[in-house]
Amino acid sequence: MTIRVLYFAALRDALGRSEESLALPPGVSTIGELQTFLADRGDQWKAIEGGKSVRAARNQRMVGSSEPVSPGDEIAFFPPVTGG
Amino acid sequence: MSVSVQEGDFDAGAEITALSQGCPEVGAVATFIGLVRTARDGSGVRAMTLEHYPGMTEKALEDIVVDARGRWHLEGVRVIHRVGRLEPGDQIVFVGVAGAHRGEAFAACEFIMDYLKTRAPFWKREETPQGVRWVEARESDDDAAVRWDDIEIRR
Repeated sequence: MTIRVLYFAALRDALGRSEESLALPPGVSTIGELQTFLADRGDQWKAIEGGKSVRAARNQRMVGSSEPVSPGDEIAFFPPVTGG
Repeated sequence: MSVSVQEGDFDAGAEITALSQGCPEVGAVATFIGLVRTARDGSGVRAMTLEHYPGMTEKALEDIVVDARGRWHLEGVRVIHRVGRLEPGDQIVFVGVAGAHRGEAFAACEFIMDYLKTRAPFWKREETPQGVRWVEARESDDDAAVRWDDIEIRR
């Protein structure tokens, strides 16, 4: 399954990239599993598993870690928002 | 259009006028304007840059307006949020709510700001004499948003 992943703000700075297309192996089917998969890339990627300090959106709606991921999804990870 | 995300400034007076123009049933307009300020914690903020998630930002703001309209009977709602580089004194955000009475106008205006603070994908990066830093989210903003959940349950 191929998805698009976006990173914003301080998390993007920490990871050194703003977006990528990603082919997921079998067994990675939720937001939480995707975070674990990405964190395995190396030390700087541990930031993606930041608990409450990392929020996720699926197809531009905020979701929790148990949210499923489907082919073609746009998944975004970012720090808690600070607008207003 | 009730929601705008834009780089340019806004004319708060014109927005307030528009909220009640041609609507004789409007008896109250409540507004909030957020500004860039210096000295968040004693260090001088020279400027800030607001980043957002194009596409999601507009949807998130529209969802918040729909939620507000489900909670109160409102005659009009306007939300404007600026992005890009802003300096102290610059306007960041405008929320205007028109209703028949002040109760729903005040409440809905505060509700929209509380939800915007925790649900709309904006991030502030400050320029200070010590360098550039991302603004950290505050738990008090989460608390402010959560109290509306309780109010909904009580209704």
